[in-house]
Amino acid sequence: MWTLLRNSILIFRKDFRLEFRSRFALNAIGLFAVISLSAISFSIGALRVKPPILSALLWVVIFFSAMSGLAHIFVREEEQQTADTLRLLTQPVTVFLGKWLFNVILLLALEIVIVPLFVIFLDVSGINWGTFIPVIILGSVALSTISTIIAAIIAQTSNRGALFAVLTFPLAVPVLRSAIQGSWTALEGGGLTACISDLQILFSFSVVIFTASILLFDFIWRR
Amino acid sequence: MTPTVTRITADGIYKQFHVRRVLKGISFTVEKGQSVVITGPNGSGKSTLIKILSGLLRPSKGTVQYFNGNTPRQPTELLPAIGLVSPYLQLYPDLTAKEHLEFFGKMQGISQPFQKGLQLMTQFGLKGREADFMKTYSSGMLQRMKYVLALLHQPAVLFVDEPSANLDEEGKETVYALIREYKHDHIVILATNEPQEIQLGDIRVDVTAQ
Amino acid sequence: MRENWWKYLLGVWMAVIIVAAFLFTPTAKGLGQTTRVLYFHVPSAWVTTLAFFISAVFSVLYLMRHQLHYDIRAEAAAQIGLIFAILTTVTGSIWAKEIWHSYWNWDPRETSIFMLLLIYAAYFALRSAIEDPEQRARLAAVYSLLAFATVPFLVFVIPRIYDSLHPDPLINPDRKIHMDVRMLRVFLGSFGAFTVLFYWLFTLRVKVLSLEQHVLRKLEE
Repeated sequence: MWTLLRNSILIFRKDFRLEFRSRFALNAIGLFAVISLSAISFSIGALRVKPPILSALLWVVIFFSAMSGLAHIFVREEEQQTADTLRLLTQPVTVFLGKWLFNVILLLALEIVIVPLFVIFLDVSGINWGTFIPVIILGSVALSTISTIIAAIIAQTSNRGALFAVLTFPLAVPVLRSAIQGSWTALEGGGLTACISDLQILFSFSVVIFTASILLFDFIWRR
Repeated sequence: MTPTVTRITADGIYKQFHVRRVLKGISFTVEKGQSVVITGPNGSGKSTLIKILSGLLRPSKGTVQYFNGNTPRQPTELLPAIGLVSPYLQLYPDLTAKEHLEFFGKMQGISQPFQKGLQLMTQFGLKGREADFMKTYSSGMLQRMKYVLALLHQPAVLFVDEPSANLDEEGKETVYALIREYKHDHIVILATNEPQEIQLGDIRVDVTAQ
Repeated sequence: MRENWWKYLLGVWMAVIIVAAFLFTPTAKGLGQTTRVLYFHVPSAWVTTLAFFISAVFSVLYLMRHQLHYDIRAEAAAQIGLIFAILTTVTGSIWAKEIWHSYWNWDPRETSIFMLLLIYAAYFALRSAIEDPEQRARLAAVYSLLAFATVPFLVFVIPRIYDSLHPDPLINPDRKIHMDVRMLRVFLGSFGAFTVLFYWLFTLRVKVLSLEQHVLRKLEE
């Protein structure tokens, strides 16, 4: 057990180092988010947009940014043909844990950039931050969990780019729906109790998909 | 540190890709202290067989068993017993040699992996290049580095696919000497068509045989 | 003939159900003549769900045993499931035009069947992107099981988006069956007929897919 955790951390650190050196995923996901946010802000212009729409727009930006960058962590191993090297080095579950951790942190880091820009560009006011932050965090964890396991699948196929969003979206609908509902409540100034059921769905979704991923990852990773 | 393996048996290995049958019932047994050489024309399935034996690929039919004495185990349970050098096993272009040694060593629970790796790097003529990125290595140096990493944990079973790929004469000599020495106490499995290298094997397995 | 008796019986049975659905049963209050689509729409939805479940079961079996005939069965069930999902959507949509005055308005039931269609589409998109049968079988099985794990969330989340206007003809909040006896008979008869039809289609599809694979292999040799 201890070895598994240690090896997951080692894989996480290795990926962290590699991604920072090549900056491929970081640039892709960061620029994508900034550009789509500016595009939305630019096209909406001076219109005062209501919370339900703002909240939906925010999650559309987060979803597509995730789709632009979260697959890279597995795709890189296949493209550089290092996947087999890793297969021989450690148990499958450690690979999943390391990469899951990386994707969770990447998406959360992205939101540290997106959320302030979102507030500034779209002139949002009256947010209940005590509600908004938990929704964003739980929503991102749920989204990166489902994205990570799908990324592992599509890394082994041809036509990777197009498939990622196609495969992730139907399974991520409950996440998007609850996250949009939750941040809508927060944007209207609602408290935690007002969106407790959304948080519950996001949390239980993460737990269920995380467990399913741990069980199924062996079958994806071992050819 | 690395689990002991005294015998490997492959029994009726079949592999099929799409509709093409690559391997048609390969069987053999190898004991500790012996080496196997896998031969066959290009594209006949040498690498596929190595992948199946090392647990990287699942056979369509047949089994591979590793034994310690009479206790059988699957190759997938024995990752720490396996070392593999091959053209399809790449290193990370954006990590340095030192980072590779530390990453591989720590993953395998080796103490002081860098010191051990440094010895091997010296043996393979890579001394002084520890701080360089893999993308700055030539193909011959990369092949040497693959040996260093495969041998770092002194695996009970060493697989080598195309032993002398990209190596110069000096590199080849180092590798041949190493294989001759290594098989005394371990199991070595090679895939090659070079006459010089076929002689390194005690058992010959032809993948085109039925 | 002897082993095919049930297929003839199914033909007669289906014919009886169709005639009975149009001539024998009364209409439900408020639904008028559109009641009659119920005898085909609801069993289609049932077959869709059944096929999705069977596909998941064969996916598990494939991952446990790694034998391609399980994958063929998982694929066959999914293909038939997709056809019935489309049938359910079309019959439901026609009915909705009559009663709700629009073909599509994102009612929870419409949303869930749409999600199921998307999942099936993604499943087949994944299958078509992998050439090696074993790899295809493996990854498709994993995806189908992941989808299976998310379905309970869809069921829970979607009804919260809008209130449903969809009738619940079998079990009502007071947990009693409110249905004319004649309606219930035809309804259950239709369920049985659709289930047997699914079984027949399934075995046919499995045969065709197995033969395809066999022929491909022979051609190669």
